[in-house]
Amino acid sequence: MFEEFIEAIGVSLWMILGIAVIFAIYLAIATTCWFIYNQVHKRQRTLRGMASLKTVSFGDESSVVANRIASVAAVIAVFFLWGLATGSSLLGPIKLPGAFVGESSFEYTATNAAGETDTATVYVTVAPFGDKETKAQELSGEADGFALDDAVLVTERRSKILKAQNNDEGGKEDGYAVTAIDGQPIAPGDTVPFADGEILMTGKGSLSVRPSSGVTMEALYLPPPEQVWKRFLDLNANGYQNVGLWENVAWSLIRVVIGFGLGCLFGIPLGFAMGLNSWMRGWFDPIVEFMRPVPPLALIPLIIIWFGIGEQGKISLLFLAALWIMAIAARAGVSGVNLSKVHAAYSLGASKRQVMTKVILPNSLPEIFTGARVAMGVCWGTVVAAELVAAEKGAGKMIIAASKFQLTDIVIVGIILIGVIGFGIDILMRQAEKVLVPWKGKG
Amino acid sequence: MTGLAIDNVSMVFELPNGADVHALNDINLKIGQGELMSVLGPSGCGKTTLLNILAGFLSPTGGEITLNGDVVEGPDSKRGMVFQQGALFEWMNVSKNIGFGPSMAGVPQAEIDAKVTELLGIVGLQDFGEKMIYELSGGMQQRVALARCLCNDPDVILMDEPLGALDALTREKMQSLVLDIWKKTGKTIILITHSVEEALLLGERLIVMAPRPGRIHKEYKLPFAEMGVGADLREVKRHPDFGVKRDEILSMIWDMEEEIMGRTEDA
Repeated sequence: MFEEFIEAIGVSLWMILGIAVIFAIYLAIATTCWFIYNQVHKRQRTLRGMASLKTVSFGDESSVVANRIASVAAVIAVFFLWGLATGSSLLGPIKLPGAFVGESSFEYTATNAAGETDTATVYVTVAPFGDKETKAQELSGEADGFALDDAVLVTERRSKILKAQNNDEGGKEDGYAVTAIDGQPIAPGDTVPFADGEILMTGKGSLSVRPSSGVTMEALYLPPPEQVWKRFLDLNANGYQNVGLWENVAWSLIRVVIGFGLGCLFGIPLGFAMGLNSWMRGWFDPIVEFMRPVPPLALIPLIIIWFGIGEQGKISLLFLAALWIMAIAARAGVSGVNLSKVHAAYSLGASKRQVMTKVILPNSLPEIFTGARVAMGVCWGTVVAAELVAAEKGAGKMIIAASKFQLTDIVIVGIILIGVIGFGIDILMRQAEKVLVPWKGKG
Repeated sequence: MTGLAIDNVSMVFELPNGADVHALNDINLKIGQGELMSVLGPSGCGKTTLLNILAGFLSPTGGEITLNGDVVEGPDSKRGMVFQQGALFEWMNVSKNIGFGPSMAGVPQAEIDAKVTELLGIVGLQDFGEKMIYELSGGMQQRVALARCLCNDPDVILMDEPLGALDALTREKMQSLVLDIWKKTGKTIILITHSVEEALLLGERLIVMAPRPGRIHKEYKLPFAEMGVGADLREVKRHPDFGVKRDEILSMIWDMEEEIMGRTEDA
């Protein structure tokens, strides 16, 4: 076990290095853009408003406002890097060397048992991934010595073992061996380059032909943006596995809304009870404090055992995810009421009920809204995870099903959609907050 | 009998370690209808405790409070309170805040509106009825608090350092306003303050309290409140007697503070 830990630490160190490199690249792009922006912007900077007259801006929190041009540039940069890494056609002439596809060849030198040498050509055809039409080249069959030409078909980014001497005269005798590739000497275990890739000689003297894979990523791992967009249009029109894209999304949303609604329905009164009554606070405290740190995802197995994989289970899970958050938010809202407000209401003649509805309830709304925003975020994350485990429809179900068929583009469409919708929900909640509790943070 | 009567009121808290704290010790006061009384004292002399007992937020461990013969048992609309700050309802606009008391009592809306309009005029916030509380400055907020209290037409107005958080200029304006309201409405007003000048200006009667145990140390009858009504308060402050009284009370409180410090150092 100790060795496993050491290994895990080793892997983590490599990961940190990788992350650092990616981060450095992205940061370099950010800095470059900033520099360019400043060069352009310097000329049109006009003195307007207080902010432009401040001499101390470093350390002044109020003078730091998100630069929207930077935000747009950042998103463009992400797409640019994505396109660059996948050899996207969107970038036009800006291209990193991609995987070799097409026809190539190399020459090998063979030495026979008698010590004579001869050369022959290997015609390599590299077919794109998933292409079943392309065939290896036809050979003329002409020969000028004991070594004969070969033809080999390789799939993009894959390799193929070729026993070049098999068809040679005397190729199967002892002492017959391939000794050079394009004039470069080779022995078992060596790797030598050829025009469009490299050749590795195996221990038994066969040639492993590896066409160059370039530096771009394979679509299986990360499809280019345009492929994802095409897939999105396709999903939009035809759906996936007989379920429309928006039907999937709608199912996820409905579950969230019902689960969150139920959570509010029970959680808010529970929080109020806990905030207003010592017995109730004591009674529910252990349950709430225990359930709060349990991640909803940890409940999935139990929920499946209890309710099976139907809607009931998922909605119960979301209910539980929202319940404790809302209860704690409502409790905090009630506890946060300024005592002098309550005193003022009583001395103005308000009854207990009026204090409850006119003072405590509105006073706790900002806290409840903050809780609702958190709960919505958690619910959205939980529903996708729950659908990954088991569901017939839903955004999470779509991406897990697609991943089983290695349809990475569908997975990415799903992830982007989930992110955009989660962001949209938060914006909606913020807008609602602005309209419904305009006094928030201004007491 | 009319007016507010404080009879033998004592307040003893028990500390977690079992020791008793005599926050108030046998307080006796009679405050007639329409009197303006200010209460002054060093921190910890129990003046806020006394006010909370008067409002009905605390019940005394001994003695009782009666208002017009009725024993005070809890907060009600006969004794209005103006808090230092933060007691307004941010979720309501200025008019709703001012009309809160009557609307809780079920007074018809038209009647409330008329009263609110009148009060907005009295406190000088004619055009601010529709504004939200957080859009107002601190001084305006205290005007709203005052108007909200008046709208309920209480017999007694209790003020717990209502001007403590305001700047000097606003504070002076508000002091004039309190005097005007006192004269116009004839309400009984009890005001707690830390400022000796304010206590002198806003008290026909001035009570100086002493700590440990909280008790009434000295009582003054003062002419300055009467002089200040409708007049320039700075003129009043220049009156020779004003300076004499101010210095006398300041040294009195100074001595009390010294004594407290000395005691804590001994302990």
